[in-house]
Amino acid sequence: MRNLKAVLKRELRGYFESPVAYVFIIIFLLATAGCTFFISRFFDARVASLDPFFVWHPWLYLFLVPAVGMRLWSEERKSGTIELLFTLPITLIEAIAGKFLAAWAFIGIALVLTFPMVLTVGYLGSPDYGIILTSYLGSFLLAGAYLAVTCLFSAMSKNQVISFVLSVVACFAMVMLGVGVFTDFLNGFLPVRISEAISAFSFFTHFQSFQRGLLDSRAIIYFVSMIGFMLTANAIVLEMKKAE
Amino acid sequence: MIAVESLAKSFGSIRAVDGISFTVGKGEILGFLGPNGAGKSTTMKMITTFLPPTSGTAKVADFDIWENPLEVRARIGYLPESAPSYKDMNVYDFLMFTAEVRGYDGEERKNRVMRMLETCNLKEVAWQLIDTLSKGYRQRVGFAQALLHDPEYLVLDEPTDGLDPNQKQEVRALIRRMGREKCIILSTHILEEVEAVCSRAIIIGNGRIVADGTPEALRSRSVLHGAVTLELTGEGIKDALADLQKIEGVARVEELKNDDLPAKTAVAEGEDAAGSAKNGKSSLRVRLFPKKGVAIAHEAAKFVHERKWEVDAFTLEKGDLNEVFYNLTKGGEKA
Repeated sequence: MRNLKAVLKRELRGYFESPVAYVFIIIFLLATAGCTFFISRFFDARVASLDPFFVWHPWLYLFLVPAVGMRLWSEERKSGTIELLFTLPITLIEAIAGKFLAAWAFIGIALVLTFPMVLTVGYLGSPDYGIILTSYLGSFLLAGAYLAVTCLFSAMSKNQVISFVLSVVACFAMVMLGVGVFTDFLNGFLPVRISEAISAFSFFTHFQSFQRGLLDSRAIIYFVSMIGFMLTANAIVLEMKKAE
Repeated sequence: MIAVESLAKSFGSIRAVDGISFTVGKGEILGFLGPNGAGKSTTMKMITTFLPPTSGTAKVADFDIWENPLEVRARIGYLPESAPSYKDMNVYDFLMFTAEVRGYDGEERKNRVMRMLETCNLKEVAWQLIDTLSKGYRQRVGFAQALLHDPEYLVLDEPTDGLDPNQKQEVRALIRRMGREKCIILSTHILEEVEAVCSRAIIIGNGRIVADGTPEALRSRSVLHGAVTLELTGEGIKDALADLQKIEGVARVEELKNDDLPAKTAVAEGEDAAGSAKNGKSSLRVRLFPKKGVAIAHEAAKFVHERKWEVDAFTLEKGDLNEVFYNLTKGGEKA
């Protein structure tokens, strides 16, 4: 556990000691605000809800989360520091969890910094704060799932750009499974039961239940086990590829 | 003690390490010699638990690399090839990180890092990003990281790579000093380094051990070992060649031409030749090879003295590690 903390601290500091953190946070805040106010027309809707804010998260995370996570293992393998890391008395689990949690915490910080949105909507009307809270939780879990996918692809390639592109594609697929257009397309030639089973694996459908203000244990279990699964795959890939 | 038992590693169809066994005890400095790609680094990566062997095992202080990899890691200080380190950190933070992972806290952690900065002469760059450091400094950061927990076992993969000659001397002195109470394995392809530092050398060719012994013992395998090289001046010296055959214990006499010499001595020889031409004398360079196991230096000296030749140089050859290395590793390639 203490080694997990050491890895986590090192990674998190790494973000803030390079421009990555500031670029990411600024872009994230501008993009969420921009989408909410200019595309979703938050003011014109005249509804005291942060729905027009959260609805963009799956799409913004699609690019921003892989950008945060792409370097986690790629860089380690490229610069050879992985040899250093795994000859220190650190277990594989501690290293993987430490890195993942550091990047997740970093995204969490960016998410917390969107609090002016909550203040705005609270000033203009009387929103349902319960829904806002579950939406934030859902958004954070969604980011974790994206990040776990990114960790896996980061371990696969020494090249950060390749890691990034593969992560974006994989995350996009995980979202699209549940989007109406795609499920309609599947319904065209598959029995409804099967197409529903496929869309049940989507990030999108599970995120939506949080947006409705539900604390659905199934959705929480889904995200947590998705993260667990991806990180396990990450460990296997690392064991296989670390020597290269 | 580090005990390696028939360690082997394959990458696909390539057998990088092919059943290596040896033990190294406390107070020993073992040099791993071998051409590039012979399997030195791979062997070290397996001992330090970075790579799992295809078969075989190794024990460090009785901890098996399969069963107790963390115990093994805790006891080893490892300097990987080209000393990788986190380039986005400064030297101090990087060492603080390794100290934390090594299990040090608070004051103790700080003290250890400060001591390492001093030992490795890193004080003046402690607050610089590792990214901005020169190769020599990065190598020292790697050293500091490996020595921080004062490990009993040190595994150093090409420790003097990329250092200038002065730094090389410093590092070698440091290794020799540590070698008294530690157990050190180092790899290199610099032969003088083995002679200067190691108490024992293992030559690896194509993943196998082709020779194992003290540097002196390895050198004695050279054809040159025990040979006497003479530079003689005198009148009618050219006839001496046949005469020298008569020395007791000499198997063979060979005349050395100027182009056999390394460039530096060739120049000196050139001057000499000019000098001797003035005197109307000629000079001769010969090498006397002894019969197996016979010491000829004494006999040779006596013989030359009796003939009243002028001796410009008299060298007893110790043998050439380069030659031994070449023969052993080339021989392996053919097989």
